[in-house]
Amino acid sequence: MTDYIIRNGFVYDPVLGINGDIMDVAVRDGKIVDAGDVTKATEIDASGMTVMAAAVDIHAHVAGPKVNVGRNFRPEDKLFNCNVGSGVKRMEAGFSVPTTIRTGYLYARMGFGFSMEAAMPPLYARHTHEEIVDTPIIDQGALPVFGNNWFVLEYIKENEVENTAAYIAWLLAQTKGYGVKCVNPGGTESWGWGMNCETVDDVVPYFDVTPRQIVDGLIAANEMLGLPHCMHVHGNSLGEPGNYGVTLDTLKIAEGHKPNNEFGRESVLHHTHLQFHCYGGESYASKSFESKSKEVMDYVNSTDNITFDLGVVTLDETTTMTADGPFEFHLSHMNSLKWANTDVELETGSGIVPFIYNPKTFIAGAQWAVGLELGLLVKDPMKAYVTTDAPNAGPLMRYPRVYKWLMSAKAREDMLNNVLKYGDSIRARCYIGELDREISLYELAMMTRAGPAKTLGLGHMFGSLKAGLEGDVAVYPYNPESDTDDPEKIEYAFGNCATLIKGGELIIKEGEVVSNGRQKRTFWVNAKTNENPVVERDISEKFKRYYTVTQNNYTVEGHHYMPNPYVIEVDATK
Amino acid sequence: MAKITLTPTKTPTLRLEAENICPDSFAGKSNEEIANLHVFVGKESQALGDYFEIAGESGSTAAETTIVINGDVNRVKYIGMKMSAGEVIINGDADMYVGAWMSGGKINANGSVDAFSGLGMTGGELIIKGDAGNYLGAAYRGDWRGMQGGTIRVSGNAGSDVGTFMRGGTIIIGGNVDVHVGTHMEGGTIIVKGDAKSRVGGQMVKGDIYVFGDIEVMMPGFQYRKDVDSEVDGTTGSFALYEGDIGERHGKSKGETIYGKLYMKH
Ligand SMILES: [Zn+2]
Repeated sequence: MTDYIIRNGFVYDPVLGINGDIMDVAVRDGKIVDAGDVTKATEIDASGMTVMAAAVDIHAHVAGPKVNVGRNFRPEDKLFNCNVGSGVKRMEAGFSVPTTIRTGYLYARMGFGFSMEAAMPPLYARHTHEEIVDTPIIDQGALPVFGNNWFVLEYIKENEVENTAAYIAWLLAQTKGYGVKCVNPGGTESWGWGMNCETVDDVVPYFDVTPRQIVDGLIAANEMLGLPHCMHVHGNSLGEPGNYGVTLDTLKIAEGHKPNNEFGRESVLHHTHLQFHCYGGESYASKSFESKSKEVMDYVNSTDNITFDLGVVTLDETTTMTADGPFEFHLSHMNSLKWANTDVELETGSGIVPFIYNPKTFIAGAQWAVGLELGLLVKDPMKAYVTTDAPNAGPLMRYPRVYKWLMSAKAREDMLNNVLKYGDSIRARCYIGELDREISLYELAMMTRAGPAKTLGLGHMFGSLKAGLEGDVAVYPYNPESDTDDPEKIEYAFGNCATLIKGGELIIKEGEVVSNGRQKRTFWVNAKTNENPVVERDISEKFKRYYTVTQNNYTVEGHHYMPNPYVIEVDATK
Repeated sequence: MAKITLTPTKTPTLRLEAENICPDSFAGKSNEEIANLHVFVGKESQALGDYFEIAGESGSTAAETTIVINGDVNRVKYIGMKMSAGEVIINGDADMYVGAWMSGGKINANGSVDAFSGLGMTGGELIIKGDAGNYLGAAYRGDWRGMQGGTIRVSGNAGSDVGTFMRGGTIIIGGNVDVHVGTHMEGGTIIVKGDAKSRVGGQMVKGDIYVFGDIEVMMPGFQYRKDVDSEVDGTTGSFALYEGDIGERHGKSKGETIYGKLYMKH
């Protein structure tokens, strides 16, 4: 394997406390090493550029059945949005629901090394893994959804944390999943009964449990197992005006829970796309709707065991997709566009609806503001990660635009004054106009690398340039001394990295993709638990009685579905 | 107005995708540069000049450019795609997507055109002397934004799915149309001077459809309201007004529910 030394870049690494020092970064045999330890390395000149560890995405929808339904039912998403292949580069297409090939290339161009698929329906885990394998370059994992799963609902109703944990461990091994995702806890199951869970105390019909119990039980089980990632929740009442109270109730469930893991993770609850959950008022009209980002952040800033990602609305035409079936049903009736929904047997559901966040409407502009406010109000950027809940609040390729807005008050002012039609009402109903903070490159490295890596329990592999970590390095054509005049330079640079080294392999050379990556890995977590005859019996019983498939057709077999697995072993037998 | 003439010199083995045959692409270019514009043949990119003899000259802007195609281009797609101004005259038959997404200018197709012509167009004029294929003035596959403005006039017949997801503009068919007219229509006007088969205005939300001849099978979601006299594209007559599609969502204006309107000539 070739060794690389990246010379004279401005290096940002919050884990090592390096803040823009001009340094050399070296990679040998696929790992970061001290620059003095390499001798015959290929030199890459990064002078005048920004160097960071490759980025880590904690939450995006880029592989799996609902992404594919999005691709299938939105051929117009690929219209005039397609590059033919050239050299090693394969054909890529799509905007909000890109092909797997484009997803891999987009991540590479934005300097990412790892991405977590945020919602894997267990029954369709095989499909999810097939797409992951077809997505080039980046390492990936996937979070199976648990928040509306019949096993979980039944165990939690009886306060059986140990059984919940044993079931989680079993399901992670079956689906080759990475951690515990919980979408609209109880609400998606309730929707099967024509209802929803709008607060944390609404009771799920038949199962007789509440979202509060589900979130609490899943956190307890997650920590009992000591999984690398914490419980990852998309709370109830997403997108509803006035939902911030429900959000605070959800976050407060983490009180009293302590992280238990060997991976350096400090949070017990990760709330995803928090932007959609920080709304006040009673309607989407400018006289009623208001941002409650500050109220939610005041609470988050006072805690030490909660993390979140932003879910910034990028004001594009996109494709929404979530396991929150009732929400998508609701959305389809708001915009009268096409709609797909599915029920996934005893596990979950999902829905897909195209959506246009129109900058000429008050509400889209207000949503844009709320997402950025969260990133600007957080005290410790290690808790707040940049996402667009891709593609729900905006397409994956918009990350660099979000960085621009977070890093430049001028760019935000330009939006409020010149792009958004209701800039003044947005200033009046949201906090955006009062916030002059500009996220620094050092803080950006926390929000896109060090932070998400730590919360995923992957701080020992990603998110820093510390010797021994994966050889994942991104060089961006951004000069922190002379490029500060124009915020557009931020967006350009972070979407077009000059160099990407992934796992020690040169992927992007002088801005061009030169390799599709030879060692793409799928991460999953194997949690060993003590034998649990109750759970084993329940599983075999439910497969016999309810599932349309047998267990033999359910398990994700390693050899076909993940040719290059990376297993994180966890021992929960004690 | 500068005139540039394209004469087909050989028949492509696969269909030619030639969105560059467009005043916007030609404007300000020398004939040599125009000959070098790409056309796709399957996945291969080739030169326009490999398939056409180019004579005359193009104008400095699209508005000052007239492109005349002398000969059959029934294996050439996307002529005049996305054009914003100027003129294209096709002396022969053309393949699919003629004038698709055009926003201005004028296309005179003196022969027939295949499917998806005038797709999603927002302005300009598309005049077809022969027949039009399916999905005239409709939306692209999956899209909900069909024709939004401008005029399409067909002297002959049109195929199925005329004006699917149409939102504005006018389509006039001199002859007959096949099934599905104005499906999901949300605005604009379709005038059929001949007969229509069936499924006229299915899931129509808003807009006007006139049929001068017969509709073989009427949609069940349309209700007769009253007779009205009006002048439609130069023809005065009495029409039976139906409203629908009753099964679809409908907006309100000044307290009144707005339906799609289907006028049948007595
Ligand atoms: Zn999500």
